[in-house]
Amino acid sequence: MSTPLEHDYIGLAEKPSPSSDEHGKTFKETELRLGLPGSESPERKPLSGVSLSLFGKHNNNNNVKSHHHVHVAGAKRGFSDAIDAKWGFSVSVTDTHVSEPDLGKASALLGRGNVGKLPLEPKTISTQQGNTLNTPASASQALKEIKPLQEKNPQVPATNEHAAAPAAKAQVVGWPPIRSFRKNTMASNLTKNNNEAEGKPGFGCLYVKVSMDGAPYLRKVDLKTYSNYKELSSALEKMFSCFTIGQCNSPGLPGKDGLSESSLRDLLHGSEYVLTYEDKDGDWMLVGDVPWEMFTDSCMRLRIMKGSEAIGLAPRAVEKSKSQN
Amino acid sequence: MAGAYPWLEEIRLKRMVVSDESLEIIAKSFKNFKVLVLSSCEGFTTEGLAAIAANCRNLRELDLRESEVEDLSGRWLSDFPDSYTSLESLNISCLGNEVNLLALERLVSRCPNLKTLRLNRAVPLDRLPNLLRGAPQLAELGTGAYTSEMRPDVFSNLAEAFAGCKQLKTLSGFWDALPSYLPAVYPICSQLTSLNLSYATVQSPDLIKLVSLCEKLQKLWVLDYIEDDGLEILAASCKDLRELRVFPSDPFGLEPNVALTEQGLVSVSEGCPKLQSVLYFCRQMSNAALNTIARNRPNMTRFRLCIIEPRSPDYLTLQPLDDGFGAIVEHCKDLRRLSLSGLLTDRVFEYIGTYGKKLEMLSVAFAGDSDLGLHHVLSGCDNLRKLEIRDCPFGDKALLANAAKLETMRSLWMSSCSVSFGACKVLGQKMPRLNVEVMDESGPPDSRPESSPVEKLYVYRTVAGPRLDMPGFVWTMDDDSALRIS
Repeated sequence: MSTPLEHDYIGLAEKPSPSSDEHGKTFKETELRLGLPGSESPERKPLSGVSLSLFGKHNNNNNVKSHHHVHVAGAKRGFSDAIDAKWGFSVSVTDTHVSEPDLGKASALLGRGNVGKLPLEPKTISTQQGNTLNTPASASQALKEIKPLQEKNPQVPATNEHAAAPAAKAQVVGWPPIRSFRKNTMASNLTKNNNEAEGKPGFGCLYVKVSMDGAPYLRKVDLKTYSNYKELSSALEKMFSCFTIGQCNSPGLPGKDGLSESSLRDLLHGSEYVLTYEDKDGDWMLVGDVPWEMFTDSCMRLRIMKGSEAIGLAPRAVEKSKSQN
Repeated sequence: MAGAYPWLEEIRLKRMVVSDESLEIIAKSFKNFKVLVLSSCEGFTTEGLAAIAANCRNLRELDLRESEVEDLSGRWLSDFPDSYTSLESLNISCLGNEVNLLALERLVSRCPNLKTLRLNRAVPLDRLPNLLRGAPQLAELGTGAYTSEMRPDVFSNLAEAFAGCKQLKTLSGFWDALPSYLPAVYPICSQLTSLNLSYATVQSPDLIKLVSLCEKLQKLWVLDYIEDDGLEILAASCKDLRELRVFPSDPFGLEPNVALTEQGLVSVSEGCPKLQSVLYFCRQMSNAALNTIARNRPNMTRFRLCIIEPRSPDYLTLQPLDDGFGAIVEHCKDLRRLSLSGLLTDRVFEYIGTYGKKLEMLSVAFAGDSDLGLHHVLSGCDNLRKLEIRDCPFGDKALLANAAKLETMRSLWMSSCSVSFGACKVLGQKMPRLNVEVMDESGPPDSRPESSPVEKLYVYRTVAGPRLDMPGFVWTMDDDSALRIS
C-alpha cells in the first residue's frame, strides 16, 4: 500500500527504496503488535526520559522512525515542492481573521477555535531551511540548530519558512484556536483601548460624547463617520446650532460647505466658543492641532467650551487665530 | 417536524444556520414551547426573535449564546406581551444593538422565576441597578458594558443593587471593565461560585483584589492579564476551584505582553486540590512543569494547553514536550479531554495510547512525525469519541488500518494532514456506516491524482446515510459513486 505520496513523503532524501520497505515493514510490525504499545516491540525502547533514544544516532535498523525523522527534512521539502509544482497551491498563509464557512463542523482545536479556510495550508512541514523546527531533533546538533533558528526568527512559525510566505508577519490560519466570538469581541476591545473612546461599544464605531457649555444635554458623535476636521465641525455646527443662534456673528457661520479648521475657530471664536477634547491622558486639548487620525486615536470626548472658561487653554489659541486672521 | 411533534418543548442547536422563517415556524407551531438554545448559530435576525417573543407564551429559556444575529433593532424585546411572565433564563449577550431598556426592565421585574440574565454589551452600566432590583432572585448575571463615567452615586447604586442579590452565584460580562467599578461586586464575592472575567481587560492588581475575595469560587475564566502573580493569589485564596480558563489578551502579538508563564498554572495545580478542568493559553512550557502539574493533580479530567507558538519546545531543555504530556496522561487516570500543543513527536502519542484509557476527546495540532502517531491513538485509546487533528503528518496507513475504530467514535476531523483522496475513497467504500466527507476548496478532488492529500476530512458514523445538503466544496465518499456531490 505504499503510495507514491508516502514514498516521497517519508523516504525520499537518502535511502528511497530501503526506507519504503522498512516503512512498510515497520508498519506491519506495528500492526502485528497491537497490544500495549511499548511491550515486546524491539523498536520501542522503554519509555525512558531520554527523548533521543527513539531517534538518536541510528545504531540499529529499528530506528526506522529515525529514518523518518532524518528524511523528513528532505522529504517534506520535496513533498511540498511537488505539491506546489503540481497544483500551484498558494502556500503563503493568510490572515488569521479569515472567517470560515459554516461547515456544520467548524470546530478546530483547543477551545473550539476556527478552522482555517486556506486551501492546503502550507503543510507547515515544509521548509526551505532544513527544518530543524519540525523534526524533534535527531541529534543534539540539530537541537543546537534550533536555537539559532529561533533566535533569528523567534516569531516565525514553521509555516513561514517556505520561500513563498512573507517573512515573520504571516500567521497560521485558525491558530491559536480562539472562537470568532471572542476574537471579534477582543478586536473591538483593542480598538477601544487604543482609541480610548468612551461611548457606545460597537465594532468599528467610535462614539464620543459632545458637550457644549450651557446646553441642557449632551450629544454623541461617531468619529468614524468623519474623515477630517471639516466634516466634524460642520456636523457639530448642525448639532448645536440651536444653541448658537443669536450668538454667532462670524462671517463664516452660514457656510455649511467647507468649514476649515480656521473657520471653525472663527465660528467658535466669534461665538466665544472653543472646541476642545479630552485626550487619553486626561488633558483638555484644542481641536485641530494634530493630524486627523491622531486625533481620533486619542480623543475621548469633546467639549465646546465657552471662551471665557477656557482660560488656561483657549486664550493662546484664540489669540493665535486672531493673529492668523 | 412541526407536524410530527406539535408538543415539542425544547430545541437546542449548535453551529447551525437558522432562518427567521424557522424561528417563525417554531414560534407558531409548538404550543408549549419552552426552551430555545442557539449556540454559535447564525442566519437569523431580530425579526425572528420578535416572532418567538410574541408567540411563545410558555417560553422559559431563550439563550442565544455566541450566535451571530443580524441585529436590525432592539424593538423585538417589546414583543413579549405584558401577560408573559414565565421567563427563567435569558441570554442576549451576543446582540450588537441596544434593546429597548424600558421593555427589558419591565420584562425582568414581572418574571418572578428569572434566574439567569445575560445582557449584551449595549446595556449601560447605570441601568444595571434597576434591572437587579427588579430581579433580586437572580442566580446568574452577565453584565453589559462594565464602564461608565466614574460617579459616586452610580457606584453606590450599583453596589447596593449587587448586595441585594443574595442568590447571585455566577457573574459574567464585564466588557470594557473599568477597574474603579469592580469593587461594586465586592459585597457578593464571598457567595460567587463562577466568575467569567474573560472579557475584562483589567490588570493584575485589580483582578487579584477581586478574586482573592471569592473564597467559594469553583470556576474562573480570566484573561492572561492575571499573570503568574495573580494565579498564585488565586491558588492561595480559592481552595474550591475546579475549573480555570486563562485566555490570551494578545494572541496574535509576536511578543509576550504579560508576565504569564507555565508557573501560574503550576501554582494553581499546587494550591487548588479540586482543580480538574484547565484551559490555558501561554507562550512557554516545560516538561518539568507538566510533570509537576500531573503529579499535583491526578484528579485532572480536562486538560487543554495551548502554547501559542506552534511547535514550541520545552523552553528550558529545548526538548519536545512528549514527556510532559506523557506524565499528564500517565498520572491523570481519569483524563477525558486533552489538547496538545508545542513540539511533539510520535512518542507523545505512544504515551497517550498507552495511558489514555479514559480519554474521550483529543485535539492535536502541528505534532507527530508519522502515521505511527495516529495509529497509537486510534489503537490505544479505548474510549476515544472525538479526535480532531490539524497540520500533522498523519496519512493513509494509520487511518485505513484503524477504520473499524472509526465506527466506535463519534467523529474524526483531519485537516492539512497527509490523507490522500484515494484513501478517503477506500474508506468510504469499505465503511458504509460512516460518512466520509472531504472538503476541498480548490475543486473536486477527483480532478487531481488519487495520491493528492485532501484539505479536510470529516468522518462520522451515521444511520441516516450521506447528507444531501452539503455545500459545493464538500464531497461524500461512498460506494455508490466514487463521489457524490449534492
